[in-house]
Amino acid sequence: MSNTTGEKSYLDMELLRFTTAGSVDDGKSTLIGRMLYDSKSIFEDQYEAIEESSKRKGDENVNLALLTDGLRAEREQGITIDVAYRYFATPKRKFIIADTPGHIQYTRNMVTGASTANLALILIDARHGVVEQTMRHTFIASLLGIPHVVFCINKMDLVDFDEAVFNKIKADVEAFASKLDVKDLRFIPISALKGDNVVNKSENTDWYNGGTLLYLLETIHIGSDHNHIDCRFPVQHVIRPQSDKYHDYRGYAGRISGGVFKPGDGITVLPSGFTSKIKSIDTFDGPIDEAFAPMSVTFTLEDEIDISRGDMIVRDNNKPEVSQDVELMLCWMNDKALVSNGKYALKHTTNDVRCMVKSVQYKVDVNSLHRIEDDKDIKMNDIARVTLRTTKPLLFDRYSRNRVTGSIILVDEATNETVAAGMII
Amino acid sequence: MKSYNLTHLKELESEAIYVIREVAAQFENPALLFSGGKDSIIVAHLARKAFYPAKLPFPLVHIDTGHNFPETIDFRDKYVEKIGAELIVGSVQESIDEGKVVEEKGYNASRNGLQTVTLLDTIEKHKFDVAMGGARRDEEKARAKERFFSHRDEFGQWEPKNQRPELWNIFNGNKNFGEHFRVFPISNWTEMDVWQYILHENIELPMLYFAHEREIFMRDNVIMAKCDFIPQKETEQTENRVVRFRTIGDMTCTGAVDSDAGTLEAIIEEVSATRVTERGTRADDKRSEAAMEDRKKQGYF
Repeated sequence: MSNTTGEKSYLDMELLRFTTAGSVDDGKSTLIGRMLYDSKSIFEDQYEAIEESSKRKGDENVNLALLTDGLRAEREQGITIDVAYRYFATPKRKFIIADTPGHIQYTRNMVTGASTANLALILIDARHGVVEQTMRHTFIASLLGIPHVVFCINKMDLVDFDEAVFNKIKADVEAFASKLDVKDLRFIPISALKGDNVVNKSENTDWYNGGTLLYLLETIHIGSDHNHIDCRFPVQHVIRPQSDKYHDYRGYAGRISGGVFKPGDGITVLPSGFTSKIKSIDTFDGPIDEAFAPMSVTFTLEDEIDISRGDMIVRDNNKPEVSQDVELMLCWMNDKALVSNGKYALKHTTNDVRCMVKSVQYKVDVNSLHRIEDDKDIKMNDIARVTLRTTKPLLFDRYSRNRVTGSIILVDEATNETVAAGMII
Repeated sequence: MKSYNLTHLKELESEAIYVIREVAAQFENPALLFSGGKDSIIVAHLARKAFYPAKLPFPLVHIDTGHNFPETIDFRDKYVEKIGAELIVGSVQESIDEGKVVEEKGYNASRNGLQTVTLLDTIEKHKFDVAMGGARRDEEKARAKERFFSHRDEFGQWEPKNQRPELWNIFNGNKNFGEHFRVFPISNWTEMDVWQYILHENIELPMLYFAHEREIFMRDNVIMAKCDFIPQKETEQTENRVVRFRTIGDMTCTGAVDSDAGTLEAIIEEVSATRVTERGTRADDKRSEAAMEDRKKQGYF
């Protein structure tokens, strides 16, 4: 019966979040447009609306970038200012694209889009090979700990689908990527415009044995992208029903940031150090046998101990680092430059503390990846290594080990704006 | 080794519950905007999950234009009673009576835009510092730029070009006195996700979403429900047709679609085959290319 199979297939679907970065003319919009169009995710009224707008602006072809450029200013200036989120699904997976502008002045948007991604899609024009932008995007993907990076060597039709061109670019990427921390690199020769190896396998690249881009997106293994080893449960909210039925109920609600928790597990609460055992893992749909990242659940414990938001429940034998001095890579995101020795509010998991910027070690040239040690003015879009001192100890893991417990944001205490994102080293 | 994977619906559910709990933790006086439409019903359902076994730690707030489908109001009242929540109603009629807004005139008059004033008044009157809603990024291109935590200034306005960056799952709800936030827990859900979740969780909906026979008339190629709030032109003939609604807003600006989908399964099949967005039936979005962006800047939901 079609209903049963329909229901079954959607209950098996996984979610893949990927980010794309690119600038005008590299074919990014064409590629996204093609994936959306070929997977029937563009609706007729949307298509008609952009067809109409394209005509009005005098474009010869339907400009698929208009689909994602949602703000009036973006349409007027013909540029993507902000991160745009696009959604599409195939029968196998559901996809969230964080589409970001690729120019250097939008580094902060790329960082934002990359922060939640499992995979980064980087386009390389086959005619131009590896350029500054390729290095920058790969560096950001590596900095933000994106586990999978897929390089689409685009416009292969313009280089006669030449295998040697593809291999040269692949070797160049591998050469500089070896200095970075990217776990999984993939290369696909495509033509976004003609459709080669995007959704359908190309007849022009018989020397290429890999799958199409869509096949890769549908099948790449993402189950290990979360940390399932180090048990981390930042307490978000304490649930006290205050009803007759649940008079003594005290539940600790939160989202698992790492590891697998089971009822009966011995746990330690940080920073207090009190120990207890998990009595139950509760959900609205009933108690469950185990909970892992990124599930939102509620723990009850065997003992009554004082626990509040910002505390972290961990296993006795595997604890995070606890320190007031934190080393991190910081991406600055605000017009107002970093004030050295300045004080900021810091948000980390469910914790709010204050911090002081103690020192700036170096700034990174995001194009060459060189360290700049003589210029320590950290301005919008700069990436730098800094040391912070916090008012209370943070309970953290290295970002490369856990993206949830290893990340922080800084907030300006006067304007309340988010001014920086940090990855703990 | 055992693989620990969540399905896409479970992952979206977990993300939304996390966001709703952040709201309860970071703000003093939250509200959940509840229109009786499927998206706000889902958010209410997720909120119940987030705080189980406790009750919702915030009220549901309905901005009643006075032009709602009676079926919606009926559903709203029963739902609120069922889950034991508190309901606060902000009335557009009252705003009109108090002279705070002036009703639009003419055949296409709608109270949709007037809601903004009533909404902001209700927020101010009850001192809500955050209002959660069921808006989704896939609905409309201005909404695609929304954050989960969306800041509003002391006039309730949205500044789309100067939004706070939002990274990982760290949400910055810091604000100054008089400002508030709008929070959208199901930002990452698509229309299809919503329907699949409704089916999976067996969530009750107003009957308007299912095919039924109703008196309708055609205007600008949109099927409108016959009602007392829309002055019909002489050329607009009333007829009986089997229709359903893909979205539920005011009777004055919500169009129906021809459909015989009477079950959730049939609706999912219809949605997966359809080639028009759900807001394609909404007259309020069609006023201009930036209609939604402009309304949102002023404080529209």
